[in-house]
Amino acid sequence: MSRITTRFSTRNVLLSSLFALAFLVVNTRAIAQHETKHEHSTGAEHIKAEVEHLDSTIVEEAEHIGEAAIGHHETKEEKFNTSEVIMEHIADGHDWHLWGHTSIHLPVILYTDKGIEMFSSGKFNHGHDAYIGTHHTYKLEHDKVKVLIADGQIDEAASASVLDFSITKNVASMMVSMVFLCLIFFSVASSYKKRGIGAPKGLQSWLEPIIIFVRDEIARPNLGEKYAKFMPYLLTVFFFIWMNNVLGLVPFFPGGANVTGNIAVTLVLALATFIITILNGTKTYWSHVFTPHVPLWLYPLMIPVEIIGLFTKPFALMIRLFANITAGHILVLSLVCLIFIFKSMAVATVSVPFVVFISVIEMLVAFIQAFIFTILSALYIGMALEKPSEDAHH
Amino acid sequence: MTGSIAAIGAGLAAIGAGLGIGRIGGSAMEGMARQPEAANKIQTAMLIAAAFVEAVSLFAVVVALLGNG
Repeated sequence: MSRITTRFSTRNVLLSSLFALAFLVVNTRAIAQHETKHEHSTGAEHIKAEVEHLDSTIVEEAEHIGEAAIGHHETKEEKFNTSEVIMEHIADGHDWHLWGHTSIHLPVILYTDKGIEMFSSGKFNHGHDAYIGTHHTYKLEHDKVKVLIADGQIDEAASASVLDFSITKNVASMMVSMVFLCLIFFSVASSYKKRGIGAPKGLQSWLEPIIIFVRDEIARPNLGEKYAKFMPYLLTVFFFIWMNNVLGLVPFFPGGANVTGNIAVTLVLALATFIITILNGTKTYWSHVFTPHVPLWLYPLMIPVEIIGLFTKPFALMIRLFANITAGHILVLSLVCLIFIFKSMAVATVSVPFVVFISVIEMLVAFIQAFIFTILSALYIGMALEKPSEDAHH
Repeated sequence: MTGSIAAIGAGLAAIGAGLGIGRIGGSAMEGMARQPEAANKIQTAMLIAAAFVEAVSLFAVVVALLGNG
């Protein structure tokens, strides 16, 4: 029983880092570029200087005020724009806000047509300043890096050719969660190695029931006797989603990013399930798609429907996780925003307990969504594993 | 204007999901009361069914969000 834990936990962690890599690729954002060249000493020297800056430098900021962050509201803005504040908080960003005017400036990594460019996002000064790079001048526009032409205009046309591989808030948060997962799973794996199979101790006794739960409630009922082959994947998605969901609920530094509420992340997760389903499809499974058990004249209708059905399943997985987690974040943020909408501290006596209440429910949702994603993945993979013997009954 | 219509759409989606999940939850409760020993299985099936119902309404919410622009 417990041997399963040892065997899968290291692979589990490796797989989650694979996910992060895949996410990095998906997270590329089209940004703009332009033709004007900026004089700079030697490109290589410049980049070197930038790399030194690049390591997330914590910077105390001067009087500059972030456009819409909650704490900064009182200063000048007459009208409090709720949806702007909420959208800024659930969106990905180049800065990781800590407290007050302090934030971590995450590195910006751009793949331009003239080469790679790296610098700290602190150069943007929260979107107030433009940064003159080696190849282009850059500016943040709605947290997306844009290229400026000489007169300060954004060059939209060239946007497609510059790719943004930055370590954004989501990527950094995912790295944090991977470190957590690594620490937990490597320590548990090593204690299994040391102590062998026996009564679990410490972290083991927390993890073992969960892994047994994934095996007995998710994998076995849906996948049949071939479940062992898919356990690494199921455990990976389960713990990866759960960890990121829970970290997203933590309102301060190591958490606070909206990783599983980012559609790019859920897209990669759903894509992984889709690819596993496709690769493991048996002859029977495909025969259901291309030769369904219906009269021949229905084939023109049924085959397209079945083919669309292949794609809607992972699509629903993607939307479900994304929308659930994003909705949870929006809910909590709207309740906090009530204080600023009414411009009165007294509202906090109502809205803060409500935030706590919703956060507790979201803890449950964090687990349920990880569970639902995993069990539906297992269900879809199990459908693909269908054997011909069952087919004879229909 | 589009914002208000999007809000109405989101509200309608919430009604649909509420009815659906309410029925699932109610029936699951009944089932569990009749057969407490099957509670675990019923719970799992309930969650899966609820997820399917929820997904449809979440599509609507996402569309409403996009419509809100």
